[in-house]
Amino acid sequence: MTEQVPATSGAVTAPAERLGSSADLSLSYESGLELKARSQWAYARMRFLRHRLAVGSLIILILIGFVAIFAKQVAPHGFNDQDLVNIAAAPSWDHPFGTDLLGRDYLSRVIYGLRTSLWVAFFVALLSTAFGTAVGAVAGYYGGTTDNLLMRFTDLILTLPGLAVLLTAAAFLGQQSQSIGPISISQPVMIGLILAFLFWTGLARIVRGVYLSLREKEFVEAAKASGAGDMRIMVRHILPNCVGPIVVTMTLIIATAILVEAALSFLGFGIQPPNPALGSLIAEGNVGGLGYWWLVTYPGLVIVIIALAVNFIGDGLRDALDPTQRLRA
Amino acid sequence: MLIYIVRRLLYSVVVLIAASFIIFSFVSLSNDPLAFLKMQPNASEQTIENITKRKHLDQSIPVQYVYWAKDAITNQFGTTTIGNRPILPDLTRVMGHTLQLVIAAEILAILVAVIIGVYSALRQYSMFDYTATTFSFVGLATPVFWLALMLQVLFVNIYLWFDVRIFYTASLSGVDPGSGLHFVLDRAQHLGLPIIVLMAASVATYSRYMRASMLEVVNSDYVRTARAKGVSERGVTMRHAFRNALIPLVTIVALNFGGLLGGVVVTETVFALDGMGLYFVTQLQLGDPYPVMAWLMVTATLVIVFNLIADIAYGFLDPRVRYD
Repeated sequence: MTEQVPATSGAVTAPAERLGSSADLSLSYESGLELKARSQWAYARMRFLRHRLAVGSLIILILIGFVAIFAKQVAPHGFNDQDLVNIAAAPSWDHPFGTDLLGRDYLSRVIYGLRTSLWVAFFVALLSTAFGTAVGAVAGYYGGTTDNLLMRFTDLILTLPGLAVLLTAAAFLGQQSQSIGPISISQPVMIGLILAFLFWTGLARIVRGVYLSLREKEFVEAAKASGAGDMRIMVRHILPNCVGPIVVTMTLIIATAILVEAALSFLGFGIQPPNPALGSLIAEGNVGGLGYWWLVTYPGLVIVIIALAVNFIGDGLRDALDPTQRLRA
Repeated sequence: MLIYIVRRLLYSVVVLIAASFIIFSFVSLSNDPLAFLKMQPNASEQTIENITKRKHLDQSIPVQYVYWAKDAITNQFGTTTIGNRPILPDLTRVMGHTLQLVIAAEILAILVAVIIGVYSALRQYSMFDYTATTFSFVGLATPVFWLALMLQVLFVNIYLWFDVRIFYTASLSGVDPGSGLHFVLDRAQHLGLPIIVLMAASVATYSRYMRASMLEVVNSDYVRTARAKGVSERGVTMRHAFRNALIPLVTIVALNFGGLLGGVVVTETVFALDGMGLYFVTQLQLGDPYPVMAWLMVTATLVIVFNLIADIAYGFLDPRVRYD
């Protein structure tokens, strides 16, 4: 089986042609026609901008991101400020998302929760993308025993029932801040680390496939002949060819991380108070009973909007970064 | 083929043993299963000492692991740390309940997804196709637990306002489930909402795959040949295209089993169903390694078996696949 793996799991991607590094290089012909030479990035950008849903989603996500970053300035009330006159009040102009059972403005709480949840999702995406790419690149480039060991390890993680293992890990490792030697890791970071540990495997497999097929290509041989080291070939020559799958997978990881972190926090094993998170807000709101519908509805809607936007962006990027796709006139 | 299966199974056993050791280590390392008992004022020193002895909690982790493994193999996963309650009877009971939920949800999900997928593929870029695509995007972006809660809110309010009971919103059976047809109806009313919740995510995924594979088949050469020979449109769709388009779905459904378990954990917690998911969450909160390990071993085995079924079924249905 091990001999057969390279042949079957290689997602063959044509090396991206690099047409001149400057985007405004123009070629004039005698006939007076002018031809603008664009880089692959320019084509990708143009393809992405034509994907209206993706562009709209990107704008929404950037807005949500700003709200999260400037939570202190944007939120109308503090996270724990109580309005004792309006306890458990339904949505109104004063409190657009209503107030919770202790009279705290729910919009502000959702904004602070959004901040944590979004931060964790991006942290997970960055970390698992970096790790997955590194593992996939080393396994695919060196092959042989290295490949075998790394991929068996990847398989081991892929075989485990995902959410259950996550829950176990979060329940036993992620409940309070940990300190390893002089470094102390706060609780949300701990949850992020646990999520990242299970999310890198899919990407590692994809990247490995690309490296496996490209290391035999002529341009890699040429780079070797001109004296480039392994590190340089891996990073400068092969890596740009898998930017597409890496970026697309990364958006998928962001969406999954948002959803899984919310589920963990809802079950009480995710981000712990006093850190706010969208999932734990829903869990707290649910305690009040089903009459207080706004406490459950709004944080969930925010999660759906973020996950939807990220998925649409991923869809747009998939089309944009695929060099075989033509611009549709 | 047989060699392939045996090799896969042997490898799986190694994976299971490695995984069980890792999980057991960090469950035991970071957690004291007696913490709850030690806080109880009426638990005597003697009781705690007895439990420590019985479960070898004073030994090192590898030794504890060996004792656990021995218990798991010879004594049907052993007993819980506190209460000394046998684990297997509880586990089989909750598995029975979860099976009812999962089988019903998956059969319905596959039926709905196949119909949506095939119809969207046959009417590509139609209004129906766009609507189905939008719904599946929304379905994949909706947290399972939130959908469950929203349905609860909806049906509780329907009951409060109109005094109509369509579905129950919690637990597995009524106070007096009765017997015969009455029992079946009662169970269906209780499982209705959890089934819808579990279906939602599955339908969203399966219908996308079904649409893609149907599109691929419809545009293939042999379908064109069939049309050229004068096979009726219905015959082409049902006999030539549809049957082949189902093959990838078999793999997706089998591989989705792990994801389905995640959905079960969340759904059963929201609806307070006495199933595997709720059992797992409860034991996790108690911090007892024995039932948690038993649960993980059973589900990990199931996931591995389903992965294997996915591979074998694919080879069975698609004669082009070869195992070396």
